Amino acid sequence: MAATYEAIATQTLGSAAATITFSSIAASWTDLRLVLSGVTDGSGKAIRFRYNGDTNINYSYTNIAGNGSSAYSNRAGASYILTNDGTSTTAPSLIEIDIFSYASSTYKTCLCTGSEDQNGAGQLVKTVGLWRDTSAINSISIFVSSGNFATGTTATLYGIKAA
Amino acid sequence: MSFIPLGVLAASGAGGGGSFESIATAVGTGSSGTITFSSIPSTYKHLQIRATAISADTDSYYMQLNSDSGSNYAWHRLVGAGTAAVASGSSSTTSMSISGGNSTFPRGAIIDVHDYASTTKNKTVRTFTGIDQNTAGNVTLYSGLWMSVSAVSSISIILNSGNFDSTSVFALYGIKG
Repeated sequence: MAATYEAIATQTLGSAAATITFSSIAASWTDLRLVLSGVTDGSGKAIRFRYNGDTNINYSYTNIAGNGSSAYSNRAGASYILTNDGTSTTAPSLIEIDIFSYASSTYKTCLCTGSEDQNGAGQLVKTVGLWRDTSAINSISIFVSSGNFATGTTATLYGIKAA
Repeated sequence: MSFIPLGVLAASGAGGGGSFESIATAVGTGSSGTITFSSIPSTYKHLQIRATAISADTDSYYMQLNSDSGSNYAWHRLVGAGTAAVASGSSSTTSMSISGGNSTFPRGAIIDVHDYASTTKNKTVRTFTGIDQNTAGNVTLYSGLWMSVSAVSSISIILNSGNFDSTSVFALYGIKG
């Protein structure tokens, strides 16, 4: 029986890579939570993710963000969900993705937090994302808009089981 | 652990061990707009509700603690609806506003009730919630206050109108300190 809150898998990059994928995710939990910490090989890049290898424009997201001088909100439809777009080569981005009822037969909603502080720059982004597909989620790929996550980037997928 | 049978299905914990335990789960029935967790034990440090819900368009969700319907609540929120960040709040209210609904797209929410069992402090509730409707929707951060030093023993999430559908799930977790 699945524990209430357990680590399903962790990946730590031994070499730079553009994408980190968690696949063959069992339907044993209620929600999933993905936590990533890492830098990229260039600054100002976007960290995005998608489910089940779906590269079609079946996603949309709405966010609210602050960058130290202004607060703003954006919305888009895309082939991914965006977590943030201000990465650094030295200050790790912290990404948290909560996916609700991932194995249900409804559309999938997630809540994301993307943040990094670069000692004079940075941003905090809170996002709600939608995947317009009723399939159970069995894989999650998180990737950089261009280039790579640097060596040492670590991502952990957790399962959260309701009573 | 007992539950008010108003659109509530509940069971005892799915699995424990560790500091994050499942207390109970409530599922919408399509015929009730109220979800209630009652007889919450005081054995944890904090509580968290993780929810996904579908309800009629524009329904607003509210939270009351210990069935208190007096003007003992206040809340603030920061909302992003795709064009600008907007802040608002209200004081001396009869409930905490925590989100709004939609009949097609699920709303997700993480609701944290910190130090809920304290008998010397008022209670703070933090909500991170959002709904994307593919060209509409919002992401919202709420901070709520219940002006009572009573330990929280029940939590009700109430729709302004209509019902939670059968795909709606509200899961209560206890976090040990």
